[in-house]
Order: sequence, then structure tokens, then C-alpha cells
Amino acid sequence: MIGSRRQILIRKILVWIALILGACFAGLPVLWMVSSSFKSNLEIFAYPPALIDYSFSFEAYQAVLSDPGQLRFFFNSYLVAILVTICTVVTSILAGYSFSRYDFRFKKVLNLIIIGVQSVPPITLMIPYFGLIVWLGIYNSYAALVLTYMVFTLSYAIIMMTGYFNTLPRDLDEAVMIDGGGSFVTLWRILVPISLPGIVAVGVYTFMLAWNEFLFALTLTRTNDMRTVPIGIHLLMGQHSFEWNQMLALSVLGSLPVLILFLLFQRYFIAGMSAGSVKG
Amino acid sequence: MATATQREIAEPANIGWEQRKRKLLPYAYLSPTLLLLAALTVVPIMTVFLYSLVDNVIVNPNPPNFVGLENYEEVLTNRKFRGALSNTMYFAIVSVVAHFIIGLSFALLLNSRLLSANVKAVFRVIYILPWVFTASIIAILWRLLLNPHGVVNFVLLELGLVPELLEWLSDRKLALNAVTFINIWSGYPFYLVSFLAGLQGIPDDLYESGRVDGGNAWQLFLHITLPQLKPIIISLALLDFIWTIHQFTLIWMTTGGGPLRSTEVLSTYTYKAAFSSHEYSIASTIAMVILAICTFVAIFYVRSQRMADE
Repeated sequence: MIGSRRQILIRKILVWIALILGACFAGLPVLWMVSSSFKSNLEIFAYPPALIDYSFSFEAYQAVLSDPGQLRFFFNSYLVAILVTICTVVTSILAGYSFSRYDFRFKKVLNLIIIGVQSVPPITLMIPYFGLIVWLGIYNSYAALVLTYMVFTLSYAIIMMTGYFNTLPRDLDEAVMIDGGGSFVTLWRILVPISLPGIVAVGVYTFMLAWNEFLFALTLTRTNDMRTVPIGIHLLMGQHSFEWNQMLALSVLGSLPVLILFLLFQRYFIAGMSAGSVKG
Repeated sequence: MATATQREIAEPANIGWEQRKRKLLPYAYLSPTLLLLAALTVVPIMTVFLYSLVDNVIVNPNPPNFVGLENYEEVLTNRKFRGALSNTMYFAIVSVVAHFIIGLSFALLLNSRLLSANVKAVFRVIYILPWVFTASIIAILWRLLLNPHGVVNFVLLELGLVPELLEWLSDRKLALNAVTFINIWSGYPFYLVSFLAGLQGIPDDLYESGRVDGGNAWQLFLHITLPQLKPIIISLALLDFIWTIHQFTLIWMTTGGGPLRSTEVLSTYTYKAAFSSHEYSIASTIAMVILAICTFVAIFYVRSQRMADE
């Protein structure tokens, strides 16, 4: 009995050691970035590294937040991400409803195409997009970003939405249909309200994908007033490669929206992450 | 079938209209999606394909000539392309394997019965943390850590693990492994989360009967956990392989494909061909090759999804 209790204790210690080593692997790099963003530029590469004995200051944050050019990156990122989220959610509700509640001739093929879109490399689309977006006259505009982002947000969103609608019993909408409600009324009045958790999951995941996008934002915008946060970081790296603390402050500020969404909606995030790969 | 047709004939015409409307309704709901996908996926892919069959598109004022598969021949025999292809494969395969190992180990750890629910919740957040950051921020973060005068070199030097300060991202011999490591760090949480969900789906009595049969922990893992997770493992690995081949930002912002093309992958190579050299036909050809690779892997992915559905 005592032997087995000791065994459990030893196992527990081993599990904790592994747990903490893992946490260091995952968390220490992030901690280092955050702490470095409060250092002065000279202290960032001080040797030996300054662990705690550095002059803690908000200087870099002040510099970022008082620069209208950099604030503009945030405004653009928020605006584009929110627009993409709204458009994706609405479109995917309609598409998910169709896939979940109707049987039609090309259903299988269309479903396959939507799953397949996930595998189309952005770099393949980028070359024709450049010409197409210029031809449409929306080069260097929000519309260019919103439309192109939707190509890769929509596919996940539809898979997630269809999956969510499939979990709801059909009797629900059939009752309304019999009462004389049209199919759109059924969707809007019955399915959408009870699908809110699924819709939030789609929305949160879409926002994150849009907030993080880099390649299309890099190629389809030209002027600094249209750039998003990831591109802003890229520009800052090219222009003043010595302003490390500002770059890090911008990175921390740029991570906050997704981090906050993640902490608030963890469950939904996780649903979003696994929807693309594993069907529940 | 026969009765339906009979009824159609017998009923007044407006029923036929109603039925037609019902038939078209699902397409109406799908129309925004279909319109967008047609305009921004199908047409662009056909455009790239056309570009890859001609010489000098976009920049050349002369009308382009149809050259058949000449561009493909040129690309596939090019040494730079082969280098980028082998770098891409190394980057993707090592990433997928490491993602799997780390993701599964962390998931098993977080699933341990020896930990309380609160401890698990806290560590789950820490373990998923790398996934919250966008690729350009991960690039900055690791450029900070892997800087020759950065903290990684300091720690390794103090521990005596390296003889001198290493140029992780600008040494030709180290750079590919360094960017692969960064990609491993940023990508494993996706596996972790999926495995956590998968582990919870394995019924307890499977383990109990395994224990009754005298299996030890390792045997239980090998004969119960792994086979039960197999469908998830396959679809995760295939999807991750595709995503890793798509990866552009991380490499673009850490090494830009350098030094001396030692970290050049297909996506950075395509980008440079298009936007630095303005060889759009060659860039389109490489882009088609990447598409072909991803489509090939995607076929297996869709198959694995179908099997999971049935």
C-alpha cells in the first residue's frame, strides 16, 4: 500500500516536471517578447540579458499609440476583420442552411468543392488576384481585402455552420413550415436564434483568420493608409530595424484582440480549430 | 418515381412552378457563396493555368505566345526550383512529424488523471498560447530570441551546449532548421486541441478491459489510444501538410528565403518570381505545381473525411 502511494507520488512529480517544461517551451518565448517590449532599445540585446533588472517603461507603447500612422494600421485591421466577419457569417448561414436542410442534385460536388478550397494555396491565387483586383478597380481598397479574405474564411465557416445546423432536429423547422412560414422565415426566426453558439464560433474564428492575414494584404494594398497590423509590423522591420522595442510593442498590441477573444471564447475557438479537420 | 410523375401531370401548372421553386431554393441560398468562389477561385485558377502555358504575360507589350508545357519543362529542370521543392518538403515533413509528437504528448499530459481540473485549465491556455499569435508576430518574436546576441544563444552558451554565438537565421547550415523549429513551435497547438477532444471521446471501459487483460500503460497507449485517434491523426497530418506548404509569412519575415536560398520554399520562390523578377509565366507555373501537390494531398484528406462520416 505504501509502495503504491509512493509510486503515485513519484508519478505525480514526473507529470509536474513534464508539465512545467512544456509550459516553458510554450510560454517563455511569449513572456520574453512582452517583457522586452517594456525595455529601452539598448537593453533588449544587453549581454547578459536583462531578466528583471531593466528600466521598466511604457516608452515604446507611447511611441506606437501616439503615431497616427500606426494607429491607422489598427483601424484598418479592425475594420477589415469586422467586415469580413459579418459577410462571412451571413453567407455561411445561408450556405449551411442549404447544405443541412435540402437535398439537391449537385450537393455532393459543391460540398466537395468547398472542402477542397481549403487546400488551394494562397500564393497560387495571388498572381491572378493582382490583375483581377486592378481590373475591378478596387486595388488598394478595403473591398479588395474583404473579398479575397472571404475566399479562405468562407470554406471553414460553411463547414462549421453546416455541422452546427446538422445537430439541430429537423422537426423544429418543419413545424414552422407547416404553420405557413417560408423557408427563409424558418431560418431567420427559428434556426438562427438557437444557433447562436455556432454563429459565435464561426464569427470568432473568422475574425482571427482575417486579423492575421498577411499575403493578400501585402500584395493588394500599396499605400500606408491601407495597410493592416501584420503589414505594419513588416514595414517597421524594414524601415527602422533598430526600433526593436517599438516593433515588440506593436506586436503585443496587435496580439491583444485575438488573445482577448481567445480567453473569452476559448470553447468556440477550439470548436473552430477542430471543425476544419475533424468532424464531431 | 412513377407516382411522382403521374401526380405532376395530374396537378395544375402552378404546383409545377412551386416544385421548381423548391428545387431552385437550395441554389438560391448558396448563390452568394457560389458567386464568390467562381469569381475568386475557379476563374483565377484557370487564369494561372493559362499564364503557365504562355510566355511573358502582363509585363510584355507584345501579345503572349502559346508555348505549351515549355514553362513546366523549364521550371522542373531548374536547380533553384528543385532546391525550393526539397526545402519545402523538409520543412513540411519535419513540421508535421514534430507537431504530431508534441501535440500528442501535451494532450496526454493534460489528460492525466493525476492533475486537477483547474491545473489542466491553466496549462491548457499556456500550451495553446503560441497559436494565438499571427505569423508576422511569431517571426518578430523568434528573430528577437534567435538574434546572435539574443537570449537563446546566451542560455545555450552558459550551459555549454554551443561553443560560440550562433547566427541561427543567417547561417546557411542552420537557417532551414531554425525556421522549421519556429514553425513547429507555432503549429502544434492545433494538434493538441484536436487530440484533447479525441482523447475525451475514447470510452473508459476500453482501457479497463485492457487493464484486466494485463496491459501496461505503454501497451494501452499502443493498442487503444493510437488506434482510436487514427482518423484524427490522418486528417490532421494531411491538412497540416497542406497548410505548411502554404506557409509564406513566417519564412518571408524571418529569412526571406535566404541566406543563399537555404530556406527558399516554393511559396517564397513564387512570390519572388512574380514580384521581384516579374516573370509571371514562370511564377504561374510554379504556382500550378504547388496547387498540384496540395490537390494531390487534398484528395487523401477528402477521402479520410468521407470515411470519418460513414
